[in-house]
Amino acid sequence: MSDMATTTDTRLMAGPPSFVQTRPLDPLPPPMKDSGAIGWVRQNLFSSPLNIALTLVCALLIAWVVPPIIKFMLIDAVWDGASRADCVVQPDRPQVGACWAFVIDRIGFFTYGFYPIDQRWRVDVFFALLAFGVGWMAWLDAPRRDLGVIYFFIVMPVLSVILLLGLPAIRLPSVSTEQWGGVLVTIVVATVGIVASLPLGILLALGRRSEMPAVRMFSIIFIEFVRGVPLITVLFMASVMLPLFVPDAWSPDKLLRALIGVALFSAAYMAEVVRAGLQAIPKGQYEAAMALGLGYWRMMILIVLPQALKITIPNIVNNTIGLFKDTTLVFIVGIFDFLKSIEVGRIDPNWATPVTSTTGYAFAAVFYFIFCYSMSRYARYVEFRVAAGDRR
Amino acid sequence: MDQQAPKPELKPAPLRTGVAVDMVGVHKWFGEFHVLRDINLRVTRGERIVICGPSGSGKSTMIRCINRLEEHQQGKIVVDGVELTNDLKRIDEVRREVGMVFQHFNLFPHLTVLENLTLAPIWVRKMSKRQAEEVALHYLKRVKIPEQAGKYPGQLSGGQQQRVAIARALCMSPKIMLFDEPTSALDPEMVKEVLDTMVHLADDGMTMLCVTHEMGFARQVANRIVFMDAGQIVEVNAPEPFFANPQHERTKLFLSQILH
Repeated sequence: MSDMATTTDTRLMAGPPSFVQTRPLDPLPPPMKDSGAIGWVRQNLFSSPLNIALTLVCALLIAWVVPPIIKFMLIDAVWDGASRADCVVQPDRPQVGACWAFVIDRIGFFTYGFYPIDQRWRVDVFFALLAFGVGWMAWLDAPRRDLGVIYFFIVMPVLSVILLLGLPAIRLPSVSTEQWGGVLVTIVVATVGIVASLPLGILLALGRRSEMPAVRMFSIIFIEFVRGVPLITVLFMASVMLPLFVPDAWSPDKLLRALIGVALFSAAYMAEVVRAGLQAIPKGQYEAAMALGLGYWRMMILIVLPQALKITIPNIVNNTIGLFKDTTLVFIVGIFDFLKSIEVGRIDPNWATPVTSTTGYAFAAVFYFIFCYSMSRYARYVEFRVAAGDRR
Repeated sequence: MDQQAPKPELKPAPLRTGVAVDMVGVHKWFGEFHVLRDINLRVTRGERIVICGPSGSGKSTMIRCINRLEEHQQGKIVVDGVELTNDLKRIDEVRREVGMVFQHFNLFPHLTVLENLTLAPIWVRKMSKRQAEEVALHYLKRVKIPEQAGKYPGQLSGGQQQRVAIARALCMSPKIMLFDEPTSALDPEMVKEVLDTMVHLADDGMTMLCVTHEMGFARQVANRIVFMDAGQIVEVNAPEPFFANPQHERTKLFLSQILH
């Protein structure tokens, strides 16, 4: 290129050129296609030797892992049956996959625990109330979200307590929490934990940054102490040690104690997440709010927290997902959550087969995955929405 | 919005005393660093003070003491008859009446321009939303950007953002306005639009304290220019003698460096 330019220059200086191109050059070949399916594959899977090698390794891994799972879960699976006989190897059925008949047979137990069978509709109504409330709060364009807040934080909890515990005055027989179990308990513990831990965590985070020494000390001690012990310890303390200090008559219900334990535990973690968000807010925001005469709480509620919570959404959801799975630990203090109900179901002699345990655990995995993945996707949606709201 | 609605009361209440700000023997330390040394300054009603001086001389700290964004450790500061102490009620009382404009605008990025302007009137002045929006639009027109009301601060230019910040302070009908280097973070071509807004404000008789390096603005608007160095007020004078005949060596040096 530069050679040619120099030659041309010399020629130009020397006089008329001795050679003139009369025909256009052949066109360059078109660039590699980088859109459409083929383009995508080429760009993302086969762009370099390393990429090609990785693609091949991944393809082999998938080919090795996925077909057996599909075969076990779907192709060889048993869908109907009434007892273990339907899920064991028979001469006419040499391969037995997942025993979904077991899950279908015990689904009521997994969902409601020992809740009286004729009262199970109350749990269904509770699920519906909760789903309605969550939907109202989660759908950001929903009408009258101010009413939704009242419903979610006041109306629904009161209705749910009456519904689930019972109120003989209105002909709802009482059901003790000892009889609650399965998905019901998991959902109750997770919801209470998540809903209580965020406000508590915000208060603790503000307390830790407070200029009042007593408030700050209390927050630091609480956060560091609770973070310093395992959840199991907190649950044990809540269920074993609390009754030692409080007279029997005052002693709160076993489930309630676990709920408080879980809520306080996750509040300590939430506090640190929120504190990180508070620290990311520029000092100028605080100063501008103060200069306008907004007091401490208005400054926090109107200016600082909306921005701080927005940037901590990924971490808040991370905590929430962790909490949802940590609820499985309440079985240690004798509370019958979803995983525990599967644990009991799988050792039922009526369904004792080589595949029962695998099936039960697979079912539990799918259950937890659906909930956690939904939370994760929802968080992405919220992040996207708030980012669109304010481009800095 | 109803065009014929009665105009809301926009005039700030008059200052209670002839003295807007009175600083007597004010000292302040940042740890070991003595940032303000014996500051004595009395600003009367309607006066426009420009504060200049090299960076690190304590100009910003001084005006931030007036609405207690910084706490002074010794001396007395009285703003419109209210002495600043640790009493939070008094601090809030002073802040309600003193508007401030910052170098970096400090608009609230999660709120629209209109929401930025109506927030404090609604929550601090207890105005109705409708009334606050009327006031906000009035001041947005005055800073010449009513069409930006629905946008977020991040969508505006620096000059527009600073004008919104001025309007935001004005919506509280302040008796005194503090400006902390309002044009220092702006691109050169946006400085003028902000200074013009401030000149208008001065023409309306607002009591203003302004930290700035814009000497043209100081000459045009200030009643007095305060020159600070190393935490002290070195020289206070009217603009004419200040520029024509500076008294102190330090002032001469400073002026020779910034006026080319």
